[in-house]
Amino acid sequence: MPLLTQDEAQALLKKVLSYSKADECEINLTGTITGNIRYARNSVSTSGGISTNTLVVSSAYGKKLGVATINEFDDASLEKVVRRAEELAQLAPENPEFVSFLGPQKYAEPVMFVPATAAITPKQRADAVAQSLQVAKDTKTVAAGFMEDTTTMNAMMNSKGLFAYNTSTGVNFSITMRTEDGKGSGYATRGYNDFTKLDTKKASQIAADKGLKSATARAIEPGKYTVILEPAAAAVLLENIFFGLDARQADEGRSFLSQPGGKTRLGEKLVDERVNMYSDPLNPELPTSTWAGDGRPQEKVSWIEKGVIKNLTYSRYWAEKKGVKAIPGPDGVIMEGGTKSLEELIKGTKKGILVTRLWYIRPVDPQTLLLTGLTRDGTFYIENGEIKFPIKNFRFNESPVIMLNNLEELGKVERTVSVESNVNYLIPPMKIRDFTFSSLSDAV
Amino acid sequence: MKRRDFLYLTGMGTTAAMLSAIPGMGRPIAPERALETVDVALKKQMADVALNAARAKGATYTDVRIGRYLNQFVITREDKVQNIVNTESYGLGVRVVAQGSWGFAATDKLDKDSIAKAAELAVAIAKENSRLLTEPVQLAPQKGYGEVSWKAPIEKNAFEVPIKEKVDLLLGVNAEAMKGGADYINSFLFMVNEQKYFASTDGSYIDQDIHRIWPTFFITKIDAATGKFETRNALSAPMGMGYEYLYARPQDKIQGVTTLYKGRYDMLEDARAGAKQAGEKIKAKSVEPGKYDLILDPSHLWLTIHESTGHPTELDRVLGYEANFAGTSFLTLDKWESKKFNYGSKLVNIVADKTQVGSLGAVGYDDEGVKCGQWDVIKDGTLVSYQAIRDQAHILGLPASQGCCYADNWSSVQFQRMANISLQAGKEKKSIDDLIKGVQKGIYIIGDGSFSIDQQRYNFQFGGQLYYEIKDGKIAGPLKDVAYQSNTQEFWNSCVGIADQSDYRLGGSFFDGKGQPQQVSAVSHGSSTTRFNGVNVINTSRKIG
Repeated sequence: MPLLTQDEAQALLKKVLSYSKADECEINLTGTITGNIRYARNSVSTSGGISTNTLVVSSAYGKKLGVATINEFDDASLEKVVRRAEELAQLAPENPEFVSFLGPQKYAEPVMFVPATAAITPKQRADAVAQSLQVAKDTKTVAAGFMEDTTTMNAMMNSKGLFAYNTSTGVNFSITMRTEDGKGSGYATRGYNDFTKLDTKKASQIAADKGLKSATARAIEPGKYTVILEPAAAAVLLENIFFGLDARQADEGRSFLSQPGGKTRLGEKLVDERVNMYSDPLNPELPTSTWAGDGRPQEKVSWIEKGVIKNLTYSRYWAEKKGVKAIPGPDGVIMEGGTKSLEELIKGTKKGILVTRLWYIRPVDPQTLLLTGLTRDGTFYIENGEIKFPIKNFRFNESPVIMLNNLEELGKVERTVSVESNVNYLIPPMKIRDFTFSSLSDAV
Repeated sequence: MKRRDFLYLTGMGTTAAMLSAIPGMGRPIAPERALETVDVALKKQMADVALNAARAKGATYTDVRIGRYLNQFVITREDKVQNIVNTESYGLGVRVVAQGSWGFAATDKLDKDSIAKAAELAVAIAKENSRLLTEPVQLAPQKGYGEVSWKAPIEKNAFEVPIKEKVDLLLGVNAEAMKGGADYINSFLFMVNEQKYFASTDGSYIDQDIHRIWPTFFITKIDAATGKFETRNALSAPMGMGYEYLYARPQDKIQGVTTLYKGRYDMLEDARAGAKQAGEKIKAKSVEPGKYDLILDPSHLWLTIHESTGHPTELDRVLGYEANFAGTSFLTLDKWESKKFNYGSKLVNIVADKTQVGSLGAVGYDDEGVKCGQWDVIKDGTLVSYQAIRDQAHILGLPASQGCCYADNWSSVQFQRMANISLQAGKEKKSIDDLIKGVQKGIYIIGDGSFSIDQQRYNFQFGGQLYYEIKDGKIAGPLKDVAYQSNTQEFWNSCVGIADQSDYRLGGSFFDGKGQPQQVSAVSHGSSTTRFNGVNVINTSRKIG
């Protein structure tokens, strides 16, 4: 089934809602078309196309909720799914934390959909990969990469008059180029809503260059170093702050944002005053949904301003309990940067380490947000403003909170993709002093 | 999806709608729907539509997987049921070789026309990509089995157990923990049933019924004066079992500093102990960094085996197919070809087994129609084999695939996934106490915690749930802030003692991530308690102001 237009989605949801006999009813409709192509050893390995449509009905009697779903859209099936949700609601235990569905909301017009991305063909995917493979051939490197494009339609409607609709597109690309002898490896990743912005050749050239330059890496002693984290490296650390902005966890005393005696760090300075992080669904470089999954509007929200924790995310239940605005979690986060390019940051560094990418990030201590992980695919020693030689990879043990207190300089913001979560961010490269590398790794 | 992502979601108060949006999680259904099955004759008809359509478009090989993936999640915290979700994901995936290239397509519309279209799309994709090949797909020969079936040997289908019984269990667990001093507890029951049908142009029509279960909890204890908090997670293992896993019996318990569980799990007892131990952790001594002899319980060691043995012996990683994401492997083909690569000490024997009863990875046939078995991976400390699938077998000179192919959903393409990989028990009679007795300066670690390993599986760091200092052959008291770092080869060569078969237990991963798009798989790792000498331990405590 092709993705429904706004009018088609509205008509379908109205029909489903007309069958409801519950106190409250809410319907979510999602349609997704994805295509992907994966390659390794300079050859395509797997590739596929998947299409799915799902309709979820939530029915509530008082504080008792039932949920049922279908992927068949004839009238009989639609009525059946509503009855099923109602039966389940009547059988369910009361949930004291259930909050009545939202009434009508005002949403900004989303800007996530790009027709060119929605129209990608298997040939275009293959052509994009062919360009990447040509770079591997020209540079005598070994390519492994992945490209995935997604077109999504989301709609929701409820018995209180709420209706929301959006469509979005996205394409993520990542490429690893290794030397033929396996002694060097380089990486690049790109994410866009607009497929026409994706230049697989250019990204592959960057990865190949890093791969070739990172061969025959030297071992240097672990310890505290000044590092320049490229956006892809910074993203996987910083997103642990974004994921940890939940107010309830902080209020309950079990987060890095908790303070003794039931207090939190909300309103307190936590990191360097040059740190500003916000989300904005209408940012042209990183557009995201203008409404959250439960119908709440997504607006521009400042999370960290001049180093101070400005806002936390709240479930509707917890916000009601605390008497505050129920701010939903962001779909993408933007960190403000400076004006310098990565090259200029390197130029201004007396001694330091350039980190292309970090890998296998895991929490070690939630109290301090201590994380561990490793550098990967292009780690270089900098001296007197120049990259001197490639170095062996390190394991780090570091908290992004401590890291942002050791901030030296921020570069120009760019869009990047987290290899851990696949989420896209706008993040600058950043220079950090005293970054803790705890041991060496022989991995290439 | 990674386990931590799921836990993050549940921490945010997952709704059924959110769960349904997670790929592979499926869509919510009524509990009784889980007891229905799809008629095998209908599945055969649908499979034949795809096989014929692909053949007509020029496919030289086709396989079809019709999957019905059922999940049930019961999620509670303290005295509340947060969510009960039943999901079903039902559809068809078709994989083809055309012009020497793989192609794949999937659909959740199971009428003849949609199935045929999916098969045709798979062929079109394969043909389009064939110009990017360096060499055509080479499949190991595989005989057709005709119409066969396999069912997991469970005693009690978890989906038949009333929701009320499950809710009562979890709320009972929470009450025990809160009574024992816990400030918070989140408890979960995850149940999975894969009803999988496989058909291929080799002439196999295989119907399988697979069950998995994972009861778990996370306890938090906060020191009101300092704001410091500690956690203690359940010591359960996810298992390839039915609800019988939760019917604990005395003979399934191993008594020691805490009760350990073998093949059955007493969740109430573990929650009581967990609450007490979370409090002890707050007061525990912070570890002095340095070299220690480690005694590692199977509830912890499974994860070290998984990361440092399971992943680096996956042949696709060795060959570079995962280079862009999960990484490659230090266990390169030349090391295997030498027949003398020293992976670990002579005590280290590691077996791959796709048939182990009660394990997460046990199936009759893999997802490309290969009958499953077991084989040695590390023999007396030496690398002797990998884990391979049909298009890799020729690289190892194998006459057939080792049956390691798996897809996490009908909508995912199958690829090489880890078999159950287990450290064999010691041959001499040896208990946990015997191992501890021999240690002068050491740490006994129970339960899995933080884990991280590099992209070639050399350097790793692991934490746990419970740490006990060992001094002069005796447990001296609890420790905290412990993590150990090592290098795979160094670590396994420092293995100096393994308890005997009576201590052998399974641990495992319910959500092991790999591939692009990322897929999850469930896999078990067995071992007995094991000693490693002179491992580097770091202190993980920090201050953030």
